[in-house]
Amino acid sequence: MKRVVVTGLGCITPIGNTVAAFRESLYAGRTGIAVFDPNMPGAIPLEKPMRFTTTAKVKGFNPTLNPDQRLTSGVIVCADSSAQFGIVSARHAAAESGLLACYDPAQIAIVTGCACGGRAADEDANRNLYLHNARVPPTAILRTMASSGSSFIAIEMGISGSVLNISTACASGTHAIGLAFQMVRAGIAPAAITGGYEAALTFGFLRAWDSMRVVSPTSCRPFAADRDGMTLGEGAAMLVLEPLEDAQRRGARIYAEVVGFGMSADAHHITQPRAEGAALAMRRALDDAVHAGIPAPAGRVGYINAHGTGTPTNDAVEAAAIHQSLGEFAPHIPVGATKSLTGHSIGASGAIEALATVLALDACSLPPTAGVGQIDPALSLDVIIGESRPLAPDKDLALSNSLAFGGLNAVLAFRRFAT
Amino acid sequence: MDDIESRIIELVAKTKGVPASNVGIDSTFEELQIDSLDKINLSFAVEEMFKIEIPDESLNSLKTVGDVVRGVESLLAAAPPDTATS
Repeated sequence: MKRVVVTGLGCITPIGNTVAAFRESLYAGRTGIAVFDPNMPGAIPLEKPMRFTTTAKVKGFNPTLNPDQRLTSGVIVCADSSAQFGIVSARHAAAESGLLACYDPAQIAIVTGCACGGRAADEDANRNLYLHNARVPPTAILRTMASSGSSFIAIEMGISGSVLNISTACASGTHAIGLAFQMVRAGIAPAAITGGYEAALTFGFLRAWDSMRVVSPTSCRPFAADRDGMTLGEGAAMLVLEPLEDAQRRGARIYAEVVGFGMSADAHHITQPRAEGAALAMRRALDDAVHAGIPAPAGRVGYINAHGTGTPTNDAVEAAAIHQSLGEFAPHIPVGATKSLTGHSIGASGAIEALATVLALDACSLPPTAGVGQIDPALSLDVIIGESRPLAPDKDLALSNSLAFGGLNAVLAFRRFAT
Repeated sequence: MDDIESRIIELVAKTKGVPASNVGIDSTFEELQIDSLDKINLSFAVEEMFKIEIPDESLNSLKTVGDVVRGVESLLAAAPPDTATS
């Protein structure tokens, strides 16, 4: 078993389109959640407004004009925004790590998470077809494929190894990184580009979530006493993973070590989460850390980047899972929720939160959860609010949780890397 | 049995896939095994049928078929005539 480290990062998010900008917003508690323009493509006047008015949208992404986001017209016409976010994020991560110069492109893996595919392209084509009997563009299929982002990353970089996309709703990005970690650890792939992308903030998508009554009429406030729902978002994040010894040999910048991955299914209900399932995934991620030479990991967890959607049910169940899996340590572990800044970007959220977790370990500084006035005392969690906090010197592990609809849970365990 | 009551009982029966004869005005959601997702689906169907909007706070307090019937009657009584017709 190889030890696996993170050597490259990239992102397109509502709080920054570079890792530097994302980091700055993350620690400043600068949220990307804002009132959205209801006059979005295809929107029709509503008799009654939706229950919510805010989303977290990516701003300033222009692959035609911005040099560091440049995509050819051929790619733009065939790739929906979700894939475009993924391609550019992967490019940034790969460029930073320099992995293409060090590993055989025929062996490198690309494992991504995207749950909704090209939702905007799908709605456009179907709306015009059903309402106007319009012809469906020949690019419609390509733009709606959830896997098109991973394909375009492979095409752009000439990578011909194992390339795949995972769709497990809100856990897609975390499942993707976990699988890539297992592949690199086992030597199946010498290195991997992995993460998630999603851009589904369409009129139909928002209306569908509105009907589920789980979106906050104000703003996502995870673990707050007055939390009232999630906020939808979009974006992408990518990580480069490679073996520790190879990274050290070539002098790569190492952000953190991936030490564990745990998966589970609640096997219970399509929407109601169950604490036992999430706790099982957390325990499995910690048990997995034994392979990285960490015999008693629970006492070394100094940060949990929670799934933290801000719905009353999710946060209560996740808190129960944290207590079930970490026992006596649970009330004292700092917990944060990046969705308070980025919103919930479904298939990309786990990757964006893994990015936040890696940056936190790298800086030994834990970013605050935004928008929370009073923490829900019933949860008995040490939620980070207000200011960032230092990582305790005797703690070097962090967990990143993703708990998806359908009861699919995925948890990554990272370790601070000290040279 | 009035019209609203019978229509809601039909909806509940359809939602749970049981004969309408198994559903009564006093049936509780617990007895009918109506969970939170069923409740959202049922409320959506009721809103469509009666052209009303059930507020979130009212939704949370629904525990029986009778609660739904009374809630609908109350919302219809409060609504302007042009939107109260089904």
